[in-house]
Amino acid sequence: MTVPRFWRKIPNRYNLEGTKCSSCGMAYMPPRNICPNCRRESDIVDYKFRGEGILKSYTIVRKSTDDYGDKTPYVIGIIELEEGPRLTSQIVNCNPENVEIGMKVVSCYRKLQEEGEDGLISYGVKFSPK
Amino acid sequence: MRDVAIVGTGCTSFGEMWESSFRGLFLDAGIQALEDADIEGKDIDEFYVGNMSAGRFIGQEHVASLIADYSGLANINIPSTRVEAACASGGLALRQGFISVASGISDVVVVGGVEKMTDVSSERSVEILAAASDREWEAFYGATFPGLYAMIANRHMYEYGTTREQMAKVSVKNHLNATMNDKAQFQREIEVDDVLNSTMIADPLTLFDSSPITDGASALVLAPAEMAHEFTDKPVYITGSGQASDTLSLHDRDDICTLESTVKAANSAYNMAGIEPSDIDVAEVHDCFTIAEIVAIEDLGFCKKGKGGKLTEEGFTELNGEIPVNPSGGLKACGHPVGATGIKQAVEIVKHIRGEAGDRQVDADIGLCHNVGGSGGTAIVHTLSKEVDL
Repeated sequence: MTVPRFWRKIPNRYNLEGTKCSSCGMAYMPPRNICPNCRRESDIVDYKFRGEGILKSYTIVRKSTDDYGDKTPYVIGIIELEEGPRLTSQIVNCNPENVEIGMKVVSCYRKLQEEGEDGLISYGVKFSPK
Repeated sequence: MRDVAIVGTGCTSFGEMWESSFRGLFLDAGIQALEDADIEGKDIDEFYVGNMSAGRFIGQEHVASLIADYSGLANINIPSTRVEAACASGGLALRQGFISVASGISDVVVVGGVEKMTDVSSERSVEILAAASDREWEAFYGATFPGLYAMIANRHMYEYGTTREQMAKVSVKNHLNATMNDKAQFQREIEVDDVLNSTMIADPLTLFDSSPITDGASALVLAPAEMAHEFTDKPVYITGSGQASDTLSLHDRDDICTLESTVKAANSAYNMAGIEPSDIDVAEVHDCFTIAEIVAIEDLGFCKKGKGGKLTEEGFTELNGEIPVNPSGGLKACGHPVGATGIKQAVEIVKHIRGEAGDRQVDADIGLCHNVGGSGGTAIVHTLSKEVDL
C-alpha cells in the first residue's frame, strides 16, 4: 500500500477508530461516511472501539501474496466487536491450531507489513485470545 | 423489451496457454462464435468484453478498443465496451449485451470474456485477484481469496456440519466431468483423498478445493429472438437475467454462509423467466472453491440452506443426478480465466440445450448460469431455454 494511502487512515488503523451514526446508533469499523440505514439522514461522528469481540470465522493462511508470503502460516479471522461491527484482521499470540469460532479476542498493536529491510513498516491492530 | 437469443458460441481451450496472447485468445473465441452464427464482422453492431484485470496481468488497459481493432473491425468503427466486475466480468458482459439487444439499441451483439493470467507468477496472480476484495480492509490485513472462502467454509462446517469430504466431492465430480470436455484445463479423474491430501492453502481448503489460474477466452453472438433463425437452426433463448450487489467485504455480511447477491440475482432471473428453481435441468455455477458450489446450490434454491454438502455427497449434482451442476468441469477443473468464465458458462449451457455436449450431455431444455464477483459483492444469474413465447 502506498504511503499516502496508509497515512490517510492512520488513526483508524492504529487506534481502532471507526465511525458511529448518531441518528440510529449503528457503529462502523471499517469507518463509513454514510450509514446504510439512514443514508442522507446519517449523522456520522468518530467513534473509538474498545477492541473486544468474538471470532465469527477464521482460517490459517498457508499460501499468500508477495506482501505476506514470508509470514505464512498466519491466522485471519472475522471479528465481531462488542459494539456491533465486524472486521477482518489477524489472530496472534496463540497456536493457530487452537483458534476456534466463538472465542473471545482482544485487540493489540502489531506490525502488519514491511517493504523489505530498508522499506517502510506498516503497523495496525491485530487480535489475540482474551 | 425484445426477447433475445444466443445464435453462436465460441471458446478456446482453457489452461496455461503460453503460446497464445491476450488478443490471440479473444480472436480465437470470437471467430468460432461468428462461424457458428454464420455471420461476418460487418454484421456486428456492438461488442461487450468482460475482463477483470488486463491492466495488472499484462499491463494493458483499453482492451475493448484493442479487441475490436485486432478483430479487424476498427475500419468500421463498431462500438466496443469493456465491463468489469472481478470474476463476474463475463456474466456482466453477457447481461450488458442482453440489455442492448432487448432494448432495441443493437441487433447483433458479440459478448466475450478473456483473461491472460499465466504471464505473471502465481504469487502475483493471487495478489491481483485479491483486488476483488476490499484492498484496504481485507487484503491489507492478509486476507487472500482462498482465505475468504475458507472462512465461509469453516462457518458452514460450524453451522451445518458440512464436512471436508463433502467439499472434496465437488472437486471429484467436476474433475470427472472435465474428462469429457476437451477444452478443460484438467482432464483427469481424482479421488476424495487426493483433495484432502493435497497442499493446504487456507484451512480447510486445499489446492484441489481451489480453481486454478487459467488463460482463456469465450464468446457468444446475441440477436433478437425474432431474427434468430436467420443465423442458426438451434437458437437458445435468454429467458431471465438477474444482477445484484452486496457488501464488498465478507465481514460486513450478517450471514457469511449465504451470498445474498446470488439469492437476489437468481430471484430476478427466475421472475423474468417465470420459472422456479425446480424447472432448471442443468446449471453452471461459480465453484471458485468447492465450498462456493455448495453455497451456490443452496442460494440458487436447488436445496435448503445447509443441505448442499450432504446432497453433493449423495450425487444430487452429478451428471445423472437431480440437477447436474458444472458439466463442463466448472471453474475447478475446466479452469477459471476470470473474465472469460461467465461467458464460458453460457457456452456450456447452450451446448446441452442444443444437444451438442457429447459424452457429458445432459437432457436439458432449461439451464442456468451463475457467475460471482469476489466473495459475492456481485452476482449474475441467467436462465437459458430451448423455447420462448414469441
